[in-house]
Amino acid sequence: MKLKSFIGGVHPKDSKEYSKNSAIEPMGVPKKVVIPLSQHIGAPANPIVKPGDRVKTGQLIAEPSAFVSLAMHSSVTGKVTKIDMFPHPGGYQSMAIEIEAEEQDEWVDLVDDTNYLDLPVEEIKKRIGDAGVCGMGGAGFPTLIKLSPPADKPIDTVILNGVECEPYLTADYRAMLERTDDIISGLKIIMKVLGAKQGYIGVENNKPDVIKKMANLLKTEKELDVVGLKLKYPQGAEKQLIYACTKRKVPNKGGLPSSVEVVVQNVGTAIAIYEAVRYKKPLIERVVTVSGQIVNNPKNLRTRVGTAFSELVEKCDGTKEEIGKIISGGPMMGFALPNLDAPVSKTTSGILLFSKTQAKSLDEHACLRCGRCVDACPLNLLPSFIASAVKYKDWDMAEKSGVMDCMKCGSCSYVCPAHIKIIQWVDLGKNQITAMRRAAKS
Amino acid sequence: MKDKTIVSSSPHLHDVTNVKFVMWNVVIALLPALVAGIIYFGFRALELTIYGVATAVITEALIQKLRKKPITVTDGSAVITGMLVAFNVHANVPWWIVVVGSAFAIAIGKHAFGGLGFNIVNPALLARAFLLASWPTRMTSGWAATKFGQISGMNLENVPEKAMELVSKATPLGVANMLRNKDVVTTIGYDNAHSIYTHLTDYTTLTNLFWGNIGQCIGEISAFALLLGALYLLILNIIEWRIPAFYIGTVFVLVYIFGGIDGIMTAPLTFPLFHILSGGLFLGAFFMATDMVTTPITKNGRMIFGIGAGVLTVVIRLIGGYPEGVSYAILIMNLFVPLIDKYTRPKPFGEVKE
Repeated sequence: MKLKSFIGGVHPKDSKEYSKNSAIEPMGVPKKVVIPLSQHIGAPANPIVKPGDRVKTGQLIAEPSAFVSLAMHSSVTGKVTKIDMFPHPGGYQSMAIEIEAEEQDEWVDLVDDTNYLDLPVEEIKKRIGDAGVCGMGGAGFPTLIKLSPPADKPIDTVILNGVECEPYLTADYRAMLERTDDIISGLKIIMKVLGAKQGYIGVENNKPDVIKKMANLLKTEKELDVVGLKLKYPQGAEKQLIYACTKRKVPNKGGLPSSVEVVVQNVGTAIAIYEAVRYKKPLIERVVTVSGQIVNNPKNLRTRVGTAFSELVEKCDGTKEEIGKIISGGPMMGFALPNLDAPVSKTTSGILLFSKTQAKSLDEHACLRCGRCVDACPLNLLPSFIASAVKYKDWDMAEKSGVMDCMKCGSCSYVCPAHIKIIQWVDLGKNQITAMRRAAKS
Repeated sequence: MKDKTIVSSSPHLHDVTNVKFVMWNVVIALLPALVAGIIYFGFRALELTIYGVATAVITEALIQKLRKKPITVTDGSAVITGMLVAFNVHANVPWWIVVVGSAFAIAIGKHAFGGLGFNIVNPALLARAFLLASWPTRMTSGWAATKFGQISGMNLENVPEKAMELVSKATPLGVANMLRNKDVVTTIGYDNAHSIYTHLTDYTTLTNLFWGNIGQCIGEISAFALLLGALYLLILNIIEWRIPAFYIGTVFVLVYIFGGIDGIMTAPLTFPLFHILSGGLFLGAFFMATDMVTTPITKNGRMIFGIGAGVLTVVIRLIGGYPEGVSYAILIMNLFVPLIDKYTRPKPFGEVKE
């Protein structure tokens, strides 16, 4: 099989060996969960419970507050104790519902529709929306919206993202090995909803076992295919994955995959969709990779949403040495957190712990104009120009150099020999320009 | 451990490369050329290189101390400049030429513009231009012959008596330049000029050019040693192939097309080969035209830069008065870099027409 890929990119060591051989393990029910009202892109959910209420596992506790919003469910059985500001895995404070769990895990009523593929499309979509499913790869875009493209924009291809190009993370890898059938079922549901004719599952070639297993299962499926992809970061970025699988280029300046008739979903999301549609099971747990050189027993943990990071680290028997950096997500795009107080959200793919040495920040030099960032940029932007434009507050130049198109994959910062914190400058530029645009409008 | 962790912007991983890695590997890549210089010119080559490096490092440290900036001489970039200044003079220049050149390169070429990353032209080449303008005779005459051969790299037994005086003191490119001068050709006679030309591009001379058995600047002589270093940098991904490939390719093609000398010769393949192996082309194309600070950042820009430097080099060598044009070609192209970058922006992925 010829491996497909994209232009640009970098080759960080994949470091998946720490946790790739640990089968997914249930984390169990924590004593307390903190469920943020905003775990997704869009408006925060509206709480419909109040302190003192008793809730069951899977019960709706906050409903979507707008068109682009998401339903939240209790991940435990217990008593709502507080609705207040709590630490968020994105590195800030946000409104969340705190629930104290009882020992007995009492679920809301679930169903089992074995003929789930025969359900009407509207019913399937309703179940996905009701279950509060969002993209579990990172951004957390509400899945219902992605599955409701405008009538004039038909979708012909669905791609499941099984790339997991972030080093260290193995949650999707384990899911693809252990729940291959459920993922394929999820893909079929998505294709049915969208009326798509072609389905791909994109997997990087550092997971040959997954590619082999899927290829075997999909042998008889004419419309479904597993696509072997070159090991290169950021192979799992949406536009890069679409390009590798279909050679279609999503337009820049805010273009969406739907404009090239494609929808991409993470493999974890496909499982959530399958469970939502067949069992009406809301999205209240996910697989989280806990890894890093200093973690005693790196694991892939099936975790209830709202469980504190510290509990997952404890489950992995803590660390060998002092923690230098805590990362929520992958090492290339994840957020550094000040402590382990934040809860796991629907989009938390991993918790990485770095040693003091690994966490050491590198001194910034002047740009050597070596052009490595230009070669590495998968979007063909000029990262060093963006960084210097923002530094000197030349917003016009920053925009011309593509700051608003940047997806912050971090490839440029990764290769920069002068250790320029390009992504930090990009963030500053994006925020400034967005604020200026808003001010100009009003 | 509470609240003592590092909270910084992503990405949290970094490639092993850093400024030191880049610079010191360039130093390593320059060593074969230095060894070739020592083999052919003796320890004088090493001596001058040490003068160059020591002056560059001391000058940089002094300037940074005076400007109250962190002293960064260990990053290796001053060492490269010092080496390159010494590599750009011949072995018979007095020691102070190298010292003055090296100090000029660092003080004016580099730090007057703000130091590493801010200079607009290659400091070593600027120093070479400065030395050529200030001490033209010392820089362009009195060439040292190698221990084993002639300055021109030719077998002098084949040179007619009448031309011996001229040829014996000239570098290979000097001889080639001479043959373009109508007065010289009239004096020595067409037949003799033709004979010299034939031997200038024969197997013996080309072999000498390849190994370095010729009288040129210390670091320029051995095409073989320079290729070795260039290969090392290409493998480590420290230099990119576009500039050297388009630079050398352009020189080859243009000399093949326009290199003929009326009445004396046409330009067979050996003449472009002679041109790319002689003078400072390999040193320039692989080590100075690839100086990242002073060359385009875009891929197409690097292509244009290489072609431009090639055209200028050939124009100077074939039409201009100087036998050698590499340093001026690169210096001039350095000045075009902002313009080239501006017009060669890569097309963003998925760009839509507005």
